[in-house]
Amino acid sequence: MAAGQASGCVFTTGVPASMNVIDIEALSLTFETGDGPVQALSNIDLKIAKGDFVSFIGPSGCGKTTLLRVIADLEQPTGGSISVNGTTPELARLDRAYGYVFQAPALYPWRTIARNVALPLEIMSLTRAQQEERIARNLALVNLTGFEKKYPWQLSGGMQQRASIARALAVEPDLLLMDEPFGALDEIVRDHLNEQLLQLWAKTKKTVVFVTHSIPEAVYLSTKIVVMSPRPGRIHDIVESDLPRGPRPLDIRETPEFLKLAQRVRDGLRAGHSYDD
Amino acid sequence: MTKPSFLRESVVPVLTVLAVLVAFWYVAALFMNHSMVVAEAQLKGLAFTPSETWLRSWALDKPLLPAPHQVIAELWRSTAGLSVTSKRSLVYHGWVTLSATLLGFLLGTLLGILLAIGIVHQKVMDKSLMPWIIASQTVPILAVAPMLIVVLNAIGISGLLPKALISTYLSFFPVAVGMVKGLRSPEAIHLDLMRTYNADDFQVFTKLRWPASVPFLFASLKVGIAISLIGAIVGELPTGAIAGLGARLLFGSYYGQTIQIWAALFAAAFLAGLLVLVVGWSERLVMHLMGARPERRAG
Ligand SMILES: Nc1ncnc2c1ncn2[C@@H]1O[C@H](COP(=O)(O)OP(=O)(O)OP(=O)(O)O)[C@@H](O)[C@H]1O
Ligand SMILES: [Mg+2]
Repeated sequence: MAAGQASGCVFTTGVPASMNVIDIEALSLTFETGDGPVQALSNIDLKIAKGDFVSFIGPSGCGKTTLLRVIADLEQPTGGSISVNGTTPELARLDRAYGYVFQAPALYPWRTIARNVALPLEIMSLTRAQQEERIARNLALVNLTGFEKKYPWQLSGGMQQRASIARALAVEPDLLLMDEPFGALDEIVRDHLNEQLLQLWAKTKKTVVFVTHSIPEAVYLSTKIVVMSPRPGRIHDIVESDLPRGPRPLDIRETPEFLKLAQRVRDGLRAGHSYDD
Repeated sequence: MTKPSFLRESVVPVLTVLAVLVAFWYVAALFMNHSMVVAEAQLKGLAFTPSETWLRSWALDKPLLPAPHQVIAELWRSTAGLSVTSKRSLVYHGWVTLSATLLGFLLGTLLGILLAIGIVHQKVMDKSLMPWIIASQTVPILAVAPMLIVVLNAIGISGLLPKALISTYLSFFPVAVGMVKGLRSPEAIHLDLMRTYNADDFQVFTKLRWPASVPFLFASLKVGIAISLIGAIVGELPTGAIAGLGARLLFGSYYGQTIQIWAALFAAAFLAGLLVLVVGWSERLVMHLMGARPERRAG
């Protein structure tokens, strides 16, 4: 893949600390549909460095999911170039370089919660003991201890989504791609999981790409906020956060620095939003 | 669900329909056998009163249409009334047909599943096999069965297997079609998930496609088991088999033993119902073991 110029990618193995985990240049994607082409992404340029926490925010239909899926090699761009871990998204996927949290829980209904979390671990051929340890630890992280033997239909929508987060975390990837993972949760649980995720990120030095509709969530979590606008999906603004990296207290959301960032994101969203529909 | 409402909502309607059917049957038997009674009267120079004619038309030895109680009496006589090893016992004949049915069903199910797996995983097989599979079912089984049995007999295969193969021929079809659908039933997001794990085809099959196809499998098995029984009976017809429900039907028609034909027919229907029921029970058991949400049955 990696169409276009053979730029940037001089490294073929390993990811030097200085190198970008994700490097996107002039990327575009047009879906061919029954009633004509739909341009979902247009001229996207984005660099995500190792250890970054990047949020995509933008109105519904602006291509956030599509961009995340391109990074995950679930969708093929129709123009431009993209590298993940210094290689093509396909090779990165084959290398199991990332964990993906889908917009919907996508649990298998015939597996209990514990067995759902075990699914990727089975595929990765971990030993039973390793599996059990990771299941217990990650279910505890999302507050689902005690629900191991329940089936998905016995859980609320928010609990199912938490189980799917535990499943992605259990893979222990260096790169986490999360599509509105906390969308279905109430405020309190959302706050709690925001805090947990930030701690985990700071501790494990993961790179996180995170889709959200919530401005406070994006500003609280991110080192970099990508504001997108629709028709065609493009990047309107990239806001670099000057909040301290690492675990942040929840009440940072009351500080003037935070509110200033939030205001800038809001302005970007307003400007990019078309009101004619 | 409470007992009284079960009675009111299930048992009563079913019994009502049954009563109507039985009444209709008695009337039909009367009309169909009436002329035979009249002919008999003329032959013997007797004059029956109308009520005598009625009763006689429900008690003929070889009626055109036997009355329900005659069939039930025959069923009782040829099951409970005889040792199961007797050549006249319906239990014996039922068992002969059942064993061919089960063997054929087993082979048909395996064949159907294997074909579906191939079709889902290989585009070439999808393109080349599917038309043949559909074509196979457009050939009337009554034409195929005698040929198959004669050919198999000629190469020394006789007894259970030829009959079972006709069951296989019929039952592989719903299984293959249902399983192709079932193995393709996983949602895109469930398949995407496997893709992010870089799972191989075998893992996608065992961990996703196969479990997702189980409800489709059982729907196919219900059709397959009933059609297997038909296959086994049809397989008993052309060879002049001496055992099996098909043989009973055949002999009954040779000798005008309509009561025997109807009894064999009912035995076959009962067997088919029982087999479908058993498949239904195993479906419930398997779905329960797979953690499916218990079905809430409406009213
Ligand atoms: N498989 C597809 N085929 C055709 N069009 C698609 C496909 N997937 C997405 N689109 C279109 O691409 C555009 C971007 O969709 P996408 O799902 O990326 O939006 P989103 O930003 O994630 O929206 P939301 O916030 O509602 O999740 C939409 O106009 C959508 O209709
Ligand atoms: Mg989306």
